[in-house]
Amino acid sequence: MKRKNLNFILGSILTGIVLLVVLAGIFYTPYDPTAMDNANKLSGVSLAHPFGCDNFGRDILSRVMKGSGTTLFVALSTVAIGTFFGVLLGAFTGYFGGLLDEVLMRIIDVVFAFPSILLALVFISLLGPGKGNVIISLGIAFIPSFARIVRSEFIRCKNMDYVKLARLAGAGHLRIMFVHILPNTISVLVPAVMIGFNNAVLAEAGMSYLGIGVQPPDASLGRMLSEAQTYIFSAPGFALFPGIFIVVMVLGFSLLAEGLKRD
Amino acid sequence: MLDVIDLNLEFHDHLVPETVVHHFNLHMQEGDIVGLVGESGSGKSMTALAIAGLLRRHDMKKTGQIMFCGTDLLTCPRNQLRGYQGDDIGIVFQEPMTSLNPVYRIGWQVEESLRIHRPSMSREDRKEKAMEMLRAVELPDPERIYHSYPHEISGGQRQRVMIAAAMICDPKLLIADEPTTALDVTVQLAIVKLLKKLNREKKTGILFISHDLSLVKRLCERIVVMKDGGIVEEGSCDRIFKAPKEIYTQNLIAAIPRCEKPAEV
Repeated sequence: MKRKNLNFILGSILTGIVLLVVLAGIFYTPYDPTAMDNANKLSGVSLAHPFGCDNFGRDILSRVMKGSGTTLFVALSTVAIGTFFGVLLGAFTGYFGGLLDEVLMRIIDVVFAFPSILLALVFISLLGPGKGNVIISLGIAFIPSFARIVRSEFIRCKNMDYVKLARLAGAGHLRIMFVHILPNTISVLVPAVMIGFNNAVLAEAGMSYLGIGVQPPDASLGRMLSEAQTYIFSAPGFALFPGIFIVVMVLGFSLLAEGLKRD
Repeated sequence: MLDVIDLNLEFHDHLVPETVVHHFNLHMQEGDIVGLVGESGSGKSMTALAIAGLLRRHDMKKTGQIMFCGTDLLTCPRNQLRGYQGDDIGIVFQEPMTSLNPVYRIGWQVEESLRIHRPSMSREDRKEKAMEMLRAVELPDPERIYHSYPHEISGGQRQRVMIAAAMICDPKLLIADEPTTALDVTVQLAIVKLLKKLNREKKTGILFISHDLSLVKRLCERIVVMKDGGIVEEGSCDRIFKAPKEIYTQNLIAAIPRCEKPAEV
């Protein structure tokens, strides 16, 4: 019996909690997350409103449930875009090398040279704010890191004997790349995707906080934080609960990634 | 079947072109076992890779002809070359540890050539053929090995798996590039016996590359001795061992570790 992987267990529990809340939020929220209630403005924790209400009297629990969903969706789509194009780019540059590799990797270096948030800001200023545009711009900003990881793995694998043998078995380039080599990169790719997911959660929260991400009245965790900062002393719960959810989400996935890396 | 005529290999990735193989000639008939011996760096592996069509076209200049069943492998279109690879030409490498893909089961890897060259074959037929090959290379408990991952079996077993994978399409030519170097001596002998058996049963031509003359002596009918990229001496196994003409060949033979009573194959 091997030692229990504490990271993995804790990570699974935290991620499980987040997923449960998000899933529940899709079907049921205690209140309409955008319904305002003047009588309960900035009310604290109560039985009727377990997390309290915000400055418009909207139920924070309902908004956290919906907001987590939004944040999760944006982060997942971002990572999906980044991984898909990153894997494609990394596979082709790493496998073929040569001029194609040089040109594409220099372009990627340029993209990589900007912090991802800054890069996303540039794209947002071109595309305009909104959920879809945040996904596209963050996705583009995430491509380089995946491309590099996959490229280095492909370079490592392409000279292995089993790849030569696959070519000798008559396999074509695409088959070698995606059937023979890609599964060998999984051990590196999965933790990278997990960490990328964390960065995406934080980036989305950051962009919504700056007011260029998800637009009101839609809820997102970062958006709620930015709305709450004015009331940080009068209604600490308003900032606290969305903040806790960001922490739980990121921590859960970090621990999961760490736990997977161990094996 | 295989005719290598005046093969020259030149590297062009340095400022000065470097010739690694020059004026190499080889003729093999169906069912021949030819030994290619020489020290490290004598160009024997490069020759093998060239015959297998594994050398990248852009970083190497290749002149001469490699005629395989009437086609020149050096100039034929890529698709045609791919059609031969795995189907008519099989190869076994030196290092059984890295020759198998760690993420796939043995069975999957043995079947790979079938999947590419016999796409019409059903899953069951493929498995049956793979099991037949695993039995032919005398692996114990082939059913278990079929479902194992490479790290679960030993080096000698892996090399047998490699041979099974290379032979599954019944190739006309098997190139064995130092297939026994990474194995211990008893297993080496077993692999050589196995190659000889496959040669007898399936009439597969074998190009056996090695620096170990004692193994070559047991297996091959004809020997080609290489040094510094060129052929030093060529002839039947008996003749080379009884009356080596060149000093280099004599030195190679003298370097074989002697044993009081060599085992018979």
